[in-house]
This record gives sequence, C-alpha cells and structure tokens, in this order.
Amino acid sequence: MADVDKWVYSNVVKDHFMRPKGFLLGEPKEGEFDSYGEVGSLACGDIIKVWIKVDKETDKIKDFKWQTWGCATAIASASAFAEMIMKNSGMKVEEAMNIKPKDIADYLGGLPARKFHCSILADKAFKKAVENFRSKN
Amino acid sequence: MDHAAAAPMDKRVKKAMEPYWTENFGNPNALYKEGLIARNAVETAREDIAKILGARAKEIIFTNGGTESDNLAIFGVVKNFKNGHIITTKFEHHAVLNSCKHLEKEGFEVTYLDVSKEGVVKPEDVKRALRPETILVSIMYANNEIGTVQPIREIAKAIRDFKKKGVIDEAKQNFSRFTLPRNGAGSDASQNFASPRLSAAFPLFHTDACQAPGYLDINVERLGVDLMTINGSKIYGPKGIGLLYAKNGIKLEPLLYGGEQERKLRPGTENVPAIVGLAEALKIADKDREKESARLVKLRDYFINRLLGEIPKTVLNGHPTQRLPNNVNVSILDAEGESIVLYLDEAGVACSTGSACTSESLEPSHVILAIGKPHAYAHGAMRFSLGRSTTKKDIDYVMKVLPDIIKKLRMFSPVNIKI
Repeated sequence: MADVDKWVYSNVVKDHFMRPKGFLLGEPKEGEFDSYGEVGSLACGDIIKVWIKVDKETDKIKDFKWQTWGCATAIASASAFAEMIMKNSGMKVEEAMNIKPKDIADYLGGLPARKFHCSILADKAFKKAVENFRSKN
Repeated sequence: MDHAAAAPMDKRVKKAMEPYWTENFGNPNALYKEGLIARNAVETAREDIAKILGARAKEIIFTNGGTESDNLAIFGVVKNFKNGHIITTKFEHHAVLNSCKHLEKEGFEVTYLDVSKEGVVKPEDVKRALRPETILVSIMYANNEIGTVQPIREIAKAIRDFKKKGVIDEAKQNFSRFTLPRNGAGSDASQNFASPRLSAAFPLFHTDACQAPGYLDINVERLGVDLMTINGSKIYGPKGIGLLYAKNGIKLEPLLYGGEQERKLRPGTENVPAIVGLAEALKIADKDREKESARLVKLRDYFINRLLGEIPKTVLNGHPTQRLPNNVNVSILDAEGESIVLYLDEAGVACSTGSACTSESLEPSHVILAIGKPHAYAHGAMRFSLGRSTTKKDIDYVMKVLPDIIKKLRMFSPVNIKI
C-alpha cells in the first residue's frame, strides 16, 4: 500500500511550520539589530526578511530573527535556519555563511524536490544581511 | 469544504450501480442475454440523461470524464479543419485552455477573451471576436475556481446572430458574383458554393458545464449550445465517467481509434456501472436542484459575509450573486494559501487555494489573474466549495478556527498589502 498516512512534508517540517521558532514579532526596535536582508517577491509567492545582530569581537551571531510570507517550506526553512545558527549561543558568521539549501533541507528531514529551489530562502536572506553588515562596517 | 474538487458518491448512485459489477457484468456489445441486459442499462441511462438535458439519446456520448469530453469537443470539431480560429476565455479549465494552446502550435488561431473584474464574460466581447473563419467557441458555464456563472444563452444568441448574418452575406456575395461575371469569376463562384465555410454550421458553441448540473439549468435547447461537457464526480456520481452532448448533425472526429462504440466516437467497452451511476447522479441533481440551490445560497452568503466581516483584509473573488450557490472564493491578504490549507487541514477542514505553491507548475491561479487581481491575491486565494452535507455548523466551525490561523500566519508575515 502507498504510504498515504504521511503528511505531505516530514514531521520536522510540520513542527517548524506549525510551531515556528525565532521569528520577529512586529517591527524591529531602533538599534535592536545590526543589519537586515530580504529576498523573494509578491509575484513568486514567498518573501523572507531576516535581521541579524553580530558580536563584533567574536564575529558570532548574537541574534537572528525572521519574518516569512509563503508556503510551509518557506516558513519551516526559516524556522529551521534560525535554530541551526542560534545553537550553542550563536554560530560564527563565516560558518553560517556556509550553510547551503541542502543543509537546511537535510535538517528538516528532506523536502519535496519542486520546493527546493523556490522556497529555501532563509540562507539567501541571511547572506544579504551579512553583506549589508560587512559593507556598513 | 472542497466539493468542487470531488463530491462523495451518493448512496442512491452506489445502489443503482451495484447490479452492474458482478451480477450483470455483460459486455453491452454481446448478442446474448447478459449483453442485452448491459446494453439496456446503457441505453436507458442515455435516454434518461437525454431527457434531463432536453436532448436526443443519440446526442449523448459517454467518455471517461470532463477532461476527455472537453478534448473530444475541441479536437473532435477542429480535426476536420487544417486551420481556423477558436474563441475561448482566459479563465477556462486547463482541459480547454491547454487544448487550445496545443492547437495554436498546430497553426490554429485562438482568441483568449478577457473576463470582467467580477469574473463574467461579456457577450459583446464574444461578438466582437467572431470571424468568418471561427470554427469553435468554448466558454465554460460556471467557473470552477470562483464559481461565476457565464451568460451562456446570450453568448449562444450572439453566435446564432453572427451565423445568420454570415449566411446572408455569403448569399449576397454569391449572387453578385453570378450577376456580375468577371474574368474567371464563374468558376470562382462555383467554388464558393462548395466552400467549406458553411456559415450556417460554424462556429459551433461548446460549454464545459462540469460545475453546473446541481445548480443551473442544463437544458441544451434553452442554453443554445452545440456541445456540452458534464462529468460524474462533481455531481455525487462516480469518478472516471463523463459525457459530451453533441448536437445531431455535428461531425466529430474521435480522439481514440478502436471499436464502434458510442457512434464510433469513443471506442472501448462501455463503463456500464459508471454510466448507470452518472444517469442516477444527474437525475438526483435535477430533482434537488432548486431546493438545494436555495439552501446553499443562504449558507454561501452567510459564509461570505462572515469571512469578509471577521477576517480583516479579505476580499471576495468573483461576482457576489452571479455565482454558483456552493462557491466561496476569497483572497486573504498577507497570508499565503498553501500555509492556510495546511493549517486548516490540521484543524480538520479541507479546502483549496489558488496559490502557486500547491501546483506542480508553481504558477498561481490563472483564474484570479484573469480577473485582474495581482499575484499576491492569487497566492492568498481560498476556495471553499459547499455541498449536500454542509451545514451552518460546518461554516461556524471554519469561522471558529480560520481567524486565529490567519492571525498566526500574519504574525510572522513581513507582508502588508494595501487594499
């Protein structure tokens, strides 16, 4: 029998989608973050914004928050990415820059193939935020 | 809340089909008793259906569903021509839209008519698009996503008027050619008489009426259509069965080649139980139409009012009244359709969305775009289609869970669309 009892996404995806972690409620406060990055568009159906705060001495990520409008993959991958880089009180920026969509998909226990390219946006938004941060400092 | 996708088969339909699985399993094309029983079942079903449609039995061709009927109508007519012009709309079902797109590759010209902001085709637009070389007009009766009901009678009249005018013009033209012969004009005129233009017969008018039988008049005479698609699964009948009504005298080419079943238009052993089921489903739809429509219109409007009233930044897609009694379609802004569907599924509510994320192609609903709404509206478009089992309690339940779901999704959404 075909396994129809399974959700369309993995349980890990479902958990991150239904109980997302590390999102920003409302607008950021003045000085709350060092930088900001955004990818996606209304036309394609996914938009993600991320905010980062970096410890300038250790180059560790002190805070990371996101907001996402989009499908379950977009929301779950943002939540998963936040969890990945904030583990052990924050990853080094360089290390976090190396996280690839495949790493996020693996962390989530796999994603449907067609969702891979369009919906894993957290890493890209993060890179933009880091670029903004680097150019400011 | 997704009856437009699939309706549960009515118990009465199941009962009517029951004898034709193992008991009366005969091939309707066999000459012995078992065959005759099956043939009798098929032809009785055909007659019953013809009566409901106001058609003749021989005008009903059984197919495997709506998509095949649409294809048979379009390719069946067009295959008799090497080139020509087809009129359809931008918000047809993909069975029609993609058939037309394919024909464009084969050299046919297709006009995809715009629809109004409220999702209704204007008969004047059809009239303006008609050309002497137009072979076929295919316009759906009720849109499957936003439920808007199209003015099929008025469109049929516009086509009839165009044909009449065409016949008169052609006669005048031929007359003048006879009376004012020029060099070689004689042979020209005789060619013209034998021309396949046949103003009287073309263009033909096809309508996909898959969403209609439960709620709208499907009498082909009154509608004035030449071809009409109906399928079983949307009307509480079996899946894998449909029909094409094709007016007597219309020359169709089959899509499939094989035996001589269905007047050589649809080869293959007839699906006897499904045909019997389709007839039973249509009979029930016909009998309950008025009562069920009146009941659902009330529920629909109650639901729409609550959605628009209780969830901020929600807009109705389609016409407020000129829509199927069971169709509710709203765009909920700043939240995305796939997420809403999955959150609702978790709460035990099944519905569908126009969001790109749920389609294989990752394209958002062509219907929502066709009514002039931006992409973000399509990504947040939610269709709730009510059915026989839907009660006010079900709607109250949706309205108990949905506002909180939207609140939650908007809580971590960076989007703030201005209406």
